[in-house]
Amino acid sequence: MATLQVELVAVEQKIWSGEATMVIARTTEGELGVLPGHAPLLGQLAEGGVVTIRTESGEDVIVAAHGGFLSITERGVSILAETAEIAGEIDVARAREALSRAEGSDEPEALDAARRAQSRLRAAGETA
Amino acid sequence: MAASLRALRRRIRSTQSTKKIFSAQELIAGARIVRAQARVEASKPYAREITRVLSALASSASLDHPLLTERQNPNRAAVLVITSDRGFAGSYNVNVLRRTEELLALLRQEGKEPVLYVVGRKGETYYSFRDREMAETFTGFSEQPSYEDAQEVGTALIDVFTAGLDDEDGGSGADGVPGVDELHIVYTEFRSLLAQVPVAKRMAPLEVEEVEEFDYEREDREHGETGNDSGVPTSYEFEPSAEGLLDALLPKYITTRIYAAMLEAAASESASRRRAMKSASDNAEELAKNLSRQANQARQAEITQEISEIVGGSEALVSAGAAD
Repeated sequence: MATLQVELVAVEQKIWSGEATMVIARTTEGELGVLPGHAPLLGQLAEGGVVTIRTESGEDVIVAAHGGFLSITERGVSILAETAEIAGEIDVARAREALSRAEGSDEPEALDAARRAQSRLRAAGETA
Repeated sequence: MAASLRALRRRIRSTQSTKKIFSAQELIAGARIVRAQARVEASKPYAREITRVLSALASSASLDHPLLTERQNPNRAAVLVITSDRGFAGSYNVNVLRRTEELLALLRQEGKEPVLYVVGRKGETYYSFRDREMAETFTGFSEQPSYEDAQEVGTALIDVFTAGLDDEDGGSGADGVPGVDELHIVYTEFRSLLAQVPVAKRMAPLEVEEVEEFDYEREDREHGETGNDSGVPTSYEFEPSAEGLLDALLPKYITTRIYAAMLEAAASESASRRRAMKSASDNAEELAKNLSRQANQARQAEITQEISEIVGGSEALVSAGAAD
């Protein structure tokens, strides 16, 4: 079965790379599922978005990606994010705390922080 | 005589304790280099990908983004200088600042007024001591910069660059904010543990050739990746439009370059500090050795004198007895 070569890189480090059968992401234009053989595409990921990578073994790697881009070429998919966290490593309590703190203030940075916290919660399977 | 021996012993003790400080600093800097180098490596995949994406985008989109186009009459240029927060780093800061002075002189020669943005307390002190105006300073992270720090600096620079868009003949233009027409960066490139070179680069307006020639391409070749970018350009679909993507991507690219520069500078800083501390502790050891030689001489001289005093005294007694 054909697979996609997926690379997920954040600014400070590479988060995940490997073979996958499908990548689900949401760009600013809408939800997008990528299967092997997808046409080349460059997309900007929606703020507070969650990226799902379905690996060969059928497991889902769910990632909270913030401020990112998606690039699909013949070689595979690369996801560039300013910050990214894999669902299993997300500290739900901290994300909640960050969210409630960010919602309390109305500075422009707080909005950004709130989005980031929401995407982390969503990736961890919690309701945001 | 005895007093000078005591003074010498005191100097030896103080030299030895400063030597301990130097060698501790040397060890810390040594550990930091390893960590800084690891962070430089870790940041490379992102930089490589963003460069690739940008090159792809640049070949497809019409290139009239303000960050890419050369301004008609550039009269102000922002210069970002990356220095360290702490001293004890040998000629690290001096070299960066000297390179900056060269760039500033060049810019003035071209009729552009330089505007300084300084990272690091040492650079801040240097310019404020000389009563030179700085537009903004950023301190407190020179040894371990994070991406947020780079973002803070990047946002400030991109804002002032965008504000320069409508400037006319030295005036501040329609928005009333005096902006700049060029962005330059001066930082220390980490070539190896022994060689750190201060370099000055122009960040904006970017040239597309420059994007393609960007160092990370060299990195690709070194990693043996051939890639298919060099062949037929892939025709991409864009979500949202190519222009929209370029708008979002270019500021991130600039920030990435600032971040990369900061990481390199941090590695260089630690490397210079380790070298400076190594020679300082070597010198301290040399000094302690010389001082203890002198102390030994003084001690021996003291003993000799005591013996000759005793001998002289007893001989005087003997001769006095014989005279009786």
